[in-house]
Amino acid sequence: MALDSKVPKGPIKDKWTDYKNKIDLVNPANKRHIDVIVVGTGLAGGSAAATLAELGYNVKAFAYQDSPRRAHSIAAQGGINAAKNYQGDGDSTYRLFYDTVKGGDYRSREANVYRLAEVSSNIIDQCVAQGVPFARDYGGLLDNRSFGGVLVSRTFYAKGQTGQQLLLGAYSAMNRQIARGKIEMFNRHEMLDVVIVDGKARGIIARNLITGEIERHSAHAVVVGSGGYGNVYFLSTNAMGSNATAAWKIHKKGAYFANPCYTQIHPTCIPRSGDYQSKLTLMSESLRNDGRIWVPKNMEDVLAIREGRKKPTELSEDERDYYLERRYPAFGNLVPRDVASRAAKERCDAGYGVNATGEAVYLDFASAFERYGKEQAKIHNIENPSPAKIKELGQAIVEAKYGNLFQMYEKIIDQNPYETPMMIYPAVHYTMGGVWVDYNLMTTIPGCYCIGEANFSDHGANRLGASALMQGLADGYFVLPYTIGDYLSDDIRTGKIPTDSKEFDEAEKEVTKRINFFVNNKGTKSVDYFHKKLGKVMWDKAGMSRNAQGLTEAMAEIKAIREEFWKEVYVPGTADEMNPELEKAGRVADFLELGELFAKDALMRNESCGGHFREESAELDGPQKGEAKRNDKDFAFVAAWEYKGEPADAVLHKEELEFKDIELKQRSYK
Amino acid sequence: MNLTLKIWRQKDSKAKGQMVDYKVTEISEHMSFLEMMDVLNEQLVNSGEEPVAFDHDCREGICGMCSMYINGEAHGPDRGITTCQLHMRMFNDGDTITIEPFRAAAFPVIKDLVVDRMAFERIQQAGGYISVNTSGNTQDANNIPISKHAADEAMDAATCIGCGACVATCKNSSAMLFVGAKVSQYALLPQGQVEAADRVKNMVAQMDLEGFGNCTNTGACEVECPKGISLENIARMNREYLSATLKG
Repeated sequence: MALDSKVPKGPIKDKWTDYKNKIDLVNPANKRHIDVIVVGTGLAGGSAAATLAELGYNVKAFAYQDSPRRAHSIAAQGGINAAKNYQGDGDSTYRLFYDTVKGGDYRSREANVYRLAEVSSNIIDQCVAQGVPFARDYGGLLDNRSFGGVLVSRTFYAKGQTGQQLLLGAYSAMNRQIARGKIEMFNRHEMLDVVIVDGKARGIIARNLITGEIERHSAHAVVVGSGGYGNVYFLSTNAMGSNATAAWKIHKKGAYFANPCYTQIHPTCIPRSGDYQSKLTLMSESLRNDGRIWVPKNMEDVLAIREGRKKPTELSEDERDYYLERRYPAFGNLVPRDVASRAAKERCDAGYGVNATGEAVYLDFASAFERYGKEQAKIHNIENPSPAKIKELGQAIVEAKYGNLFQMYEKIIDQNPYETPMMIYPAVHYTMGGVWVDYNLMTTIPGCYCIGEANFSDHGANRLGASALMQGLADGYFVLPYTIGDYLSDDIRTGKIPTDSKEFDEAEKEVTKRINFFVNNKGTKSVDYFHKKLGKVMWDKAGMSRNAQGLTEAMAEIKAIREEFWKEVYVPGTADEMNPELEKAGRVADFLELGELFAKDALMRNESCGGHFREESAELDGPQKGEAKRNDKDFAFVAAWEYKGEPADAVLHKEELEFKDIELKQRSYK
Repeated sequence: MNLTLKIWRQKDSKAKGQMVDYKVTEISEHMSFLEMMDVLNEQLVNSGEEPVAFDHDCREGICGMCSMYINGEAHGPDRGITTCQLHMRMFNDGDTITIEPFRAAAFPVIKDLVVDRMAFERIQQAGGYISVNTSGNTQDANNIPISKHAADEAMDAATCIGCGACVATCKNSSAMLFVGAKVSQYALLPQGQVEAADRVKNMVAQMDLEGFGNCTNTGACEVECPKGISLENIARMNREYLSATLKG
């Protein structure tokens, strides 16, 4: 099947408006005869469910958590971008569009990104109308802050809990519709398959996670907004339950999976402390504005620090290697996320990591204390301040800016970051790849849509800060509710989809068979054993830097782990009760397939772009020596994979990317 | 460190539960409490026993899913944190730790340490929203100026994560801190004024219907709240409720 992105014709700034003017609509009286299933209740799924119900469709929404409010969008800290230009600093729809395409290293679809930038302002209006308590200035107007990689202040925020407040806004809109009976909410339910009838997505099979009951749910369309697949690495900043199962199930039933190798590894996370580690915690990117990143220059000092014989504060300036400032004098500590992460890995791989695991670098605020302290001394007319006084004054400023992050760090690591530098290390944070969708956000299965982080659409090979929340809400509030109507207008005479068809029988049978396999297998190893093993292969061979040999090995190793999993996995308990181990087994089984496709995609993409760094594709000499080298001649396409059984047999379909409104350039941060 | 755990085990909502003793060894002080529970569960799985079911998800203190009553305190012996942010350095080698689910009539046990908090959902559905549809033409966000003070106070109320620690810790199993926080968020904002009276009446009525107890001002909820939600929110809810009922 040839991929058709269905991007409307015409100038980029008119596409969305023209499209909306011409699509088919469903009359309000007919909407109440149409059912829509929404899987996932984060920013994308939650906003879509609420909006579709407001329009009059009957919505069934599914979440594995006990409440829609607990979806992992809740954990987003920094903010949400919108091209409001409230600061008068020259922002515009075009500039947000441009920044997003460039930030994505020219691997996203122009028309989708432009539409995202276009609706971004509506999101802020909508959220304020819902009562989202964004930060304000003393005049009562909305405040903004700036984020990495851009030249304007366009980020709206609610303390360090922007994701929480936006999700609670969508949740409140859902609650209003649940109360009206327009959304039927299925908490503690997990989608285990999609049901295809006559080539169209017509329902799902779900498991009630309390009783273990397998349920059939039919609808005229199925929307998957189930988030990203970062937990394929076992350790990530995702929630423990975050999984790829819904996305992977639709892939196996015909939805192409795009660019799985595009993963964002965030440079500022709290390092691992031991093998028992269950997840990683992000520290906001904003810390790099004032922190300097370094490791010791000399190996003796590294060993002394690890063994506790020396403190980092005892090292003089010339015993420290501020490696980002050394390698990237122009951007220094503020290089983009992917560059900062790779540089930390390079130093730690060379043996300079500063903690027991050898995987940590310092983020040091000492010079910020001094800089701010001297400034404060001047402001307060303190003559000849002592170094201690300067530090005290400076610390107060840093505390006002990042106090909550310093406190969070201290709770986890039990060290005072005002007295000793923080330790950080990169961690998997977001996946830009995902289910392939056209301009309508429809997958290659008719009637099956994919929104938010679960799809591949807007961030190319790298996502800019504060853009994930924007995309989730854009898809759910302002894009999908239009595009889905165009499809559903053909279904006004269809009537209720029966669940006693052979398609539902077969899908349910497969799901039950797999569950029964797990609880009856009585193998010798726990689910986590396999998940951790997969995670190690992914991290070592498909992590921050990748090469052909490692990726080839990764494919073979993941296949071997998968085979062992199906022989040796042990799941205690039964199928007809609450059984968290059984839930995990199904999710890890899917990660074991996705991981191999991920490695295959990374192997195929023999170029470096955004979060995907191929060692073979680096600049060989000149001032950019060693840096990532994109290859637009051969790789300016979206890689959409078709499922053919074994992940290794997946078939590649290319969607060529055209850049008509933006000129392609190599990124440089030297 | 080596520890003895006394954990509430209950097969399902109908079964009779009991405390069961377990031993865990070589627990690092750097582990989080839930990582210690992971170690226990891995141990149980490897010996063919059923692991302890407990709710958890984000493990960074924001989703509100985790809900353990540890040594008689909701979220355990540290302040301003959820169970997932509690670290083992708060305990000593040889300690016996008692772990129970959040207990309240309105939070029935589903299994082991997992409780049903659907009562909170129904309270939110009774009025925890502003009735505005999604459209591309709501007024510009800056057409509604809100004083910084009111916006900050609304934000403080809105930080509630809906974990239920306030209920679990209250001797009356009162949900007034939870409900007060939501009522306050909207009461402090101009967008919430239009429906303010109906909102507070409906949410309070649902809260009573769910079987939560009353508030007797002991303030335990505020102490145990991982997000530091202030008792002022209960006072504000009471004011809102009084004025709503007087208006009729």
